[in-house]
Amino acid sequence: MDTVLAIVFLLLIASLALAFVRLARGPSLPDRVVALDLIGTIFASIAAVSVVASGQPMFLDIATVLAVVGFFGTVAVARYLERNPTDD
Amino acid sequence: MIDILTAIFLLVGAFFVLVAALGIVRFPDLFTRMHAGSKASTLGLGCILVAVSISFPMVAVVAKSILVLLFVFLTAPVAAHMIGRAAYLLKVPLWSETVVDELKGQYSEDRRTGS
Repeated sequence: MDTVLAIVFLLLIASLALAFVRLARGPSLPDRVVALDLIGTIFASIAAVSVVASGQPMFLDIATVLAVVGFFGTVAVARYLERNPTDD
Repeated sequence: MIDILTAIFLLVGAFFVLVAALGIVRFPDLFTRMHAGSKASTLGLGCILVAVSISFPMVAVVAKSILVLLFVFLTAPVAAHMIGRAAYLLKVPLWSETVVDELKGQYSEDRRTGS
């Protein structure tokens, strides 16, 4: 089980690094928003895996909050982009 | 048995999250990237939450997992749709080999500004 958890965390951290590559490269603002949305989902996944890894069910609350905050952040930026259609 | 099932679901979930991140880096334009990013990551998080439910068969944990799952399944398409529309209105360029643009002419040109 420890090996599996190590592999799972490794995969999730690798995907976090890939998402950060897209966040840094852009090229447009919506690209970065999509990358940020994915980063939020990955962090929620890491919190959910931490429940299994540590045996503490309270990490699930972190996953809940991250999912909610990620959604509202994405919607807020999308609304902002539609109202103020300026180039980045 | 429970350990094996948990391990399988965790590995499948992490694999799909990795596929989502890979797609977000490798696909050629914003809209194909969104296609990879929003669907595969939802499936990955779903598999991981199933693994959590299997390894902790308590009411509080399973109920919270289902809550997160339901929320993500409802909100991920909404978020992707809103970013996609904002990006289309901002004239984010489509891939050079795009075959069909079904939104062409659906928005008046004065709403579409940007680069």
